[in-house]
Amino acid sequence: MRAGAVQVLTPRAVPGTPVPMGDSFPRIEPLGEAAVLVRFTPRLDDAANRACVAFRAALEADRPEGVVETASSLGSVLVRHDGRDPTALLEPRLGACDWSAVPPPPRRLWSIPCSYGGDDGPQLAEAAEMAGLSESAAIEALSTARIRVLALGFAPGMPYLGILPEAWDLPRQTGLTPKVPEGALVVAVRQFVLFGTEAPTGWRQIGRTLFGCFEPGRARPIALSPGDEVRFVPVSPEALRRGADADAERHGGATWEALE
Amino acid sequence: MIEVVECGPLVTLQDDGRPGHLSRGLAQGGAADRRARAEAEALLGQAGAGIETPGAPLRLRAGETVHLALTGAPMRATLGDRALRWHAAQVVEAGEVLDLRPKGPGVYSYVHVAGGFQTEAILGSRSAHLIANVGRPLAPGDELPCATGTGRAMTVDPTERFEGGTLRLVPTPQTRLFPAAEIERFTATRFTRDARGNRQGVRLAMDGRGFATEGQLNLLSDFILPGDIQMTGDGVPYILGPECQTTGGYPRIGTVIAADLPRALQAGPGATLTFRFVTPEEARAAAPAPPAVRPLLRDPSEVPDLLGMQLIGGVISAKGEE
Repeated sequence: MRAGAVQVLTPRAVPGTPVPMGDSFPRIEPLGEAAVLVRFTPRLDDAANRACVAFRAALEADRPEGVVETASSLGSVLVRHDGRDPTALLEPRLGACDWSAVPPPPRRLWSIPCSYGGDDGPQLAEAAEMAGLSESAAIEALSTARIRVLALGFAPGMPYLGILPEAWDLPRQTGLTPKVPEGALVVAVRQFVLFGTEAPTGWRQIGRTLFGCFEPGRARPIALSPGDEVRFVPVSPEALRRGADADAERHGGATWEALE
Repeated sequence: MIEVVECGPLVTLQDDGRPGHLSRGLAQGGAADRRARAEAEALLGQAGAGIETPGAPLRLRAGETVHLALTGAPMRATLGDRALRWHAAQVVEAGEVLDLRPKGPGVYSYVHVAGGFQTEAILGSRSAHLIANVGRPLAPGDELPCATGTGRAMTVDPTERFEGGTLRLVPTPQTRLFPAAEIERFTATRFTRDARGNRQGVRLAMDGRGFATEGQLNLLSDFILPGDIQMTGDGVPYILGPECQTTGGYPRIGTVIAADLPRALQAGPGATLTFRFVTPEEARAAAPAPPAVRPLLRDPSEVPDLLGMQLIGGVISAKGEE
């Protein structure tokens, strides 16, 4: 994320003639008539994701006129507006610094109990082998990796976490697993997804948590925020369930501490 | 209070949804036809959360006298033996039973009462968001709290939006990934609204092959918004609705402008849809005028005891005074 020139792409009335994609990032692109997208990267990149989180936090701290909502995803920041296009106000802010080097905003470090392998992680052995590790080495690697919530999506509060070491650049399965349970921890393309609902997936299930990503009745219905850090602490299947039963907040026995 | 006596599937309470949670993966949701809400608001003064039915039959009993508006896709509405006007607000007396049956065209029909239904709000909204597991569909026996009220019988001229037509699009960041010839073919194609559709999205059917971007794409998942036209792997377009996911990896060939989104989502199965690109400036200028309401004059056909009424009185000379 170098500072300096910001590429602004203007819409064309009749999008017929192809415009070269270019490789200049960050860039500002219109998204519909009431939003623009600040894109930091075309591919998964840790530094660019940090830039997204930091840039979005700065926008929230001092919202440009006309901006009604901001959000960050894996590689971009959405800026919804009330019809007053904020592109001209965003350009100088975007170019003001290297956003990937800006210290992250206040966030939480979550420790989420996870039962790896066995019935709770039926594809741990397969995933470990693909990563070139024994099962116990895989658990060691996955549970000690310092990972961040890169984005929340698919289902409310459902996190994409990463970026895992190179060895975990596993392709998705060609076929879908018809159903993984809520709380399933699955892995692919150097990321975890922690399922917020029961769903089919092409990612491999290596563990199970009982973390409720979204509980409308909770004081903080969506527990995680982009930029939060997470550790999936290995526990036995019994300890996982005991901890979850004792957790009235439906965080599955997870704890957190504030990081400044 | 209004009691749900009878109720088909997927009837829900909807307001303007929950803006502000996109960063946490929760779409705004809310009524599929925002124009129908604007019309109800104009008819009632303050509409709040209302009932949305995707054409499913519905029977409601008024626990008290309410000022009630019927907007969106027209249904056959009766109050006892009396037909009720659609696109209108009327008073329903305590104890009366309102019966709504599908009639077409259009998809989503709305019942609002003045002041809105006062069910418990979740994250600032009373909208059910079934995909996100927020709220639930209405069921017989549900009692929806609302204020007693009365008001004038009013009517509104609805915008034309129940039979498909041409939808205006603005480009998305992925529009340029489609070859020019594919864009041209897309805007020249007559699509049919497929039977498969819900508040998450509506599938479009067409003759001929699907629409593809150049080369194999592996797009990083990015934000999607209602109105986006998402091209799935087999090149079949879907118009995304209010309960679409917040991010997705399929390319979007364009976004239906806000002014045309009610028409996109009100096009029923079999309706013809075509697309035309405009600029964001044109899109913003396309916003329709606020709904205009006027007092509802009673239509003689809706008066059951017409023959028993003294309709003409005091006439003494056809020629008047000369």
